Amino acid sequence: MSAPPGDEAIIQFRDVTKIYPLPGGDVVALDHVSISLYPGDFIAIMGPSGSGKSTLLNLMGCLDTPTSGTLFIKGKDVSSMTDEEQTGLRRDHIGFIFQQFNLIPLLSALENVQYPLILKTGDRTCSLQCVEVLRSMDLEEHLFTHKPSELSGGQQQRVAIARALVNDPEILLADEPTGNLDTKTGTAIMDLLKDLNEKKGKTIIMVTHDPGVAKFAHRIIRIVDGKIS
Amino acid sequence: MQPSLFFDFALRNVRLHWFRSLLAIIGIVIGVVAIVSMGILGNSLVLAISDSLSTVGDSVIITPHAGGMGGFGPGGSKELLTERMIEQIRRAVAPDTTIPIYSGSSRMTIGTEDTVGVVYGIKPDDIPILLEIEDGAYLKGSSGAMAGARFAEENNLKVGSRITIKDKGSLRVVGILKERGMGFDINPDYGIVVEDKWYQQSYNQQDYDMAIVKVRDLTRIEQTKEVIEKQLNRRETEVDVIDTKAILETLLTTFGQISTFTTAIGGISLIVAGVSILNIMMMSVTERIKEIGVLRSIGTQRREVRSIFLYEALILGLIGSIIGGLLSIFGGYAISLLMLETTEYLFVPSSLIYIVYGIGFGIGTSLLSGLYPAWKASNLNPIEALRHE
Ligand SMILES: Nc1ncnc2c1ncn2[C@@H]1O[C@H](COP(=O)(O)OP(=O)(O)O)[C@@H](O)[C@H]1O
Ligand SMILES: [Mg+2]
Repeated sequence: MSAPPGDEAIIQFRDVTKIYPLPGGDVVALDHVSISLYPGDFIAIMGPSGSGKSTLLNLMGCLDTPTSGTLFIKGKDVSSMTDEEQTGLRRDHIGFIFQQFNLIPLLSALENVQYPLILKTGDRTCSLQCVEVLRSMDLEEHLFTHKPSELSGGQQQRVAIARALVNDPEILLADEPTGNLDTKTGTAIMDLLKDLNEKKGKTIIMVTHDPGVAKFAHRIIRIVDGKIS
Repeated sequence: MQPSLFFDFALRNVRLHWFRSLLAIIGIVIGVVAIVSMGILGNSLVLAISDSLSTVGDSVIITPHAGGMGGFGPGGSKELLTERMIEQIRRAVAPDTTIPIYSGSSRMTIGTEDTVGVVYGIKPDDIPILLEIEDGAYLKGSSGAMAGARFAEENNLKVGSRITIKDKGSLRVVGILKERGMGFDINPDYGIVVEDKWYQQSYNQQDYDMAIVKVRDLTRIEQTKEVIEKQLNRRETEVDVIDTKAILETLLTTFGQISTFTTAIGGISLIVAGVSILNIMMMSVTERIKEIGVLRSIGTQRREVRSIFLYEALILGLIGSIIGGLLSIFGGYAISLLMLETTEYLFVPSSLIYIVYGIGFGIGTSLLSGLYPAWKASNLNPIEALRHE
């Protein structure tokens, strides 16, 4: 991979294999994967269904650990971290954006955005900063107090991106962020992500099926049967 | 500040599933009311019985040894305490007072009515030590008698009434005794007290039926008992010696056990309530697996997830227990009225403390029931939770 000289990899896979042991036999979701990603990268992961894209993204997001091989995130070996440290890393340095939006149903739009910040700081009076982030997602202000179930898909995804951004993480991980949106809304969301990459320097890794969406990325990683091709 | 966020989460979930929460709360309310009412009932029972016991634990009671050979020849005459034995006791326990007592029962005629009553023969000087007076005066001469409270009431006896004892003569009532209640020594409520000399002559009996030693220093009661036994039972067992303190303690321990037992019955319904909370919380966890996955993936620690569910259990337990605690005042009132026909033992500290216990147990049971679901939720694998539909 083309490593810009002098630049530390922010995420590095060294010969990583991920196996899910199932009663019907082991599933090899990732098969000896080695890749390096650098700060400021905008990467699209493409491949057929079941090829291991989500598994790759989940490992990057510290939600799981490799069966073998080593995975470094921000220079640290994930396998050597405790669950608490991994959770802290997710909270402070990684933002997740899901295909299903996955907002917390009990909380309003604004509260959803506030949630990670309160987790981090313990301060519940942080609405100004959160309103700021939510505004920058082009969400109409009267929707801030609405519950997720009262918002459209595009609106929910904007709230979800705001939630991913509120702790100012270096890494944004998006698993088919436009998968549940129509083309027009999807393009608007992609414009937002592109902006975040270009203006804020966020490292973005996203999984997508859509070549039109993949166009936004600098680099495309193709994966088939758990192997990078 | 942080805990209140998770508390808020829990509160919102309780409100969102208000009907389910309500059922859990009702369960806890019933459990707490049951445990408190049963506790109050048990305690009131103990208090009521202790109140009806006249005896404070300050007496040692000496009776002839049942089944012994007492020195009497064949003919089956009953064993008695001889004057010599009384003297021995008196010397052994001095300066505490020894009161020898005659007791028997007799047919009597009051006015035109025939009746049966207990008759105690006691030296007039000793009567005030044992018995309190309600009306009239203490016994002085040999032609008088004092009537027990119940006996007087049933037979319409007043100071000045006459009692005729079959074949023995006629006695004038000089005083009515205060009601004494159940006693371990003598029970004059349903009889009369006469002079010892009159009893001796009328029944032609020299030796005594029993003796009571009043112990001034309660800490020496055990010792007193031992001294008497050592004196009289040296060669063979001549007398039985019991001390009322030991009986009282045994009785109160037994009542305490009864009270604990009734409370435990109430506790069973609290366990049922706990199981229903466990059930409801498990439902809550299962329904929210995906949400828990989201919370974990965006950086919520295990202990923070755990606290959400523990708070939920705490909220249910707190509301249920406090409502239950308040209602159990009525519950205790109702059950006291029903079972004891009095509520005078309800508003005493030893009864009311059961409300505190009940609330404590209610909250404790709820938290305990929340423990497993909370642990389950916090240990979900984030990825599998996220994939859950
Ligand atoms: N938690 C899991 N338990 C068992 N098998 C899994 C799990 N996650 C993924 N897999 C399996 O691993 C393979 C890769 O899955 P995934 O990474 O989700 O593929 P993609 O996102 O490319 O569709 C699939 O065969 C899938 O069934
Ligand atoms: Mg996938």
